[in-house]
Amino acid sequence: MRYMMIIHHDDEAMAKAPQKELWAEYAAFNQALNKAGEGFSGGLRLSPGKQGTIVRSRAGKTDVLDGPYADTREQLAGYFFIDVDGIEQAVEWANRCPSSKYGAIEIRPIVEQNAP
Amino acid sequence: MTEAARRAAERVARDSYGRLLAFLAARTRDVAGAEDALAEAFASALKSWPEQGVPANPDAWLLTVARRRQTDAIRRRQTSKAGEAHIQLMTEELEAAGTQPDAIPDRRLALMFACAHPDIEAGMRAPLILQTILGLTAIDIAAAFLIPPATMGQRLVRAKARIKDAAIPFDIPEREDLADRLHAVLDAIYAAYAKGWTEIGDAAAERLADEAIWLGRLVVSLLPDEPEAKGMLALMLYAEARRTARRDSDGAYVPLEAQDINLWDEEQIMAAEALLREANAGGPTGRYQIEAAIQSAHVARRVTGRPNWDSVVALYDVLLGLTHSPVALLNRAAALAETEGPDAALASLEPIAGDRRMAGYQPWWATRGHLCARAGRKEEAFEALTLAIGLSTDEAVRHYLIAQRTKLQDG
Repeated sequence: MRYMMIIHHDDEAMAKAPQKELWAEYAAFNQALNKAGEGFSGGLRLSPGKQGTIVRSRAGKTDVLDGPYADTREQLAGYFFIDVDGIEQAVEWANRCPSSKYGAIEIRPIVEQNAP
Repeated sequence: MTEAARRAAERVARDSYGRLLAFLAARTRDVAGAEDALAEAFASALKSWPEQGVPANPDAWLLTVARRRQTDAIRRRQTSKAGEAHIQLMTEELEAAGTQPDAIPDRRLALMFACAHPDIEAGMRAPLILQTILGLTAIDIAAAFLIPPATMGQRLVRAKARIKDAAIPFDIPEREDLADRLHAVLDAIYAAYAKGWTEIGDAAAERLADEAIWLGRLVVSLLPDEPEAKGMLALMLYAEARRTARRDSDGAYVPLEAQDINLWDEEQIMAAEALLREANAGGPTGRYQIEAAIQSAHVARRVTGRPNWDSVVALYDVLLGLTHSPVALLNRAAALAETEGPDAALASLEPIAGDRRMAGYQPWWATRGHLCARAGRKEEAFEALTLAIGLSTDEAVRHYLIAQRTKLQDG
């Protein structure tokens, strides 16, 4: 089963984290992800939500606004993909992600295109 | 109530719970129905005992009420002659149990065999046993197994439906099947223990380890002649004896070789040694006895000052012949490094170096990292330790490995 693992960060908590250690752990984590095989792909880090741009088109009118999309403390900060047998292994990968200590990892099964 | 008294009360309640549920579910094979009936009986008890006093035989009282609920439920569902005959039989059986209140037959072993039946998905056997024998809730089990509560709830419901629909028998297998089927029960209990052992500092997990040991004792008491049941209980007790020694006062990870033997629980080790001796009386027969013997060789350090590495390697050879498990080969390599050096150990791992299962297996990279470091193969050690760090879920282990990797760069 393929899952998109969505990283939500509390920017304040992240700023307080020991940066050198955190990014060293992230490097190891990404290396493990890349080694894990097909269907896995290393995480991409996103710039803070307030640097995002929100676009909505309604009845021919397009609104362009400054981010973030939702005004919450924890913001979408990155993602990675895994391909595992089930939720147990997905939770294990979430636990391995260094961000699980500072924010939350949302596990979302991917709807397969060829599914009925 | 003190913590100890509360636990003692819980144990008594749990002993009754599993016993009553096994008895109620044995004939109908309807575990969910029996659970409902028993829950209603406990609810009635909470209402009536405070007013009318606790009955002389609480178990018989609970059983009578639960049986009545169960027969009502069957009556509602079926009115056929077959149903009536069924109810007649259950009523007679209940009366027999009621007149001889101490003799509620213990069908827990049969229930465990049903829960660990080959038709039940392997991963659900342990949760099912925890729920039916101990009365743990789906929420508690989910917390210990680190999966969402709703998912665990659905899986438990499905597994119980499977017992009923596939007409899985509630009985103790015949002699020739017993060893295989018992292994499924032991594996389920050990899986629960392993969960409770790995998650450190987590209350739900620690409680799970306790429950697994309790179940291990139960199986030993119900099947006193089975050496593997004793072997598994011994294995759990050896591990349990070293529980607190795994972390130092700062919470940092301490590998087995570096553990302070004064922190090992001597009483549990002695109990494990006694069980292992009993299990081995007829010669070693199975995986759990051998794994317990390996633990025994490790803790020999208490007496001799160093683990008995030759025995550890020899025992892993036996285990490997029995299970052909890559994990056994990996652990053997760690022991082999002590007797023949890291190069020999690394060479012994060649056959599984390309095994896909090892790519995402943290202990593989951690062991490989340590062996390469000792063999002076720095670059390989660095890569393996990095992967082990990335695959760690435990904070203390991660920090330990990071320190090992730093030492590699400095040294």
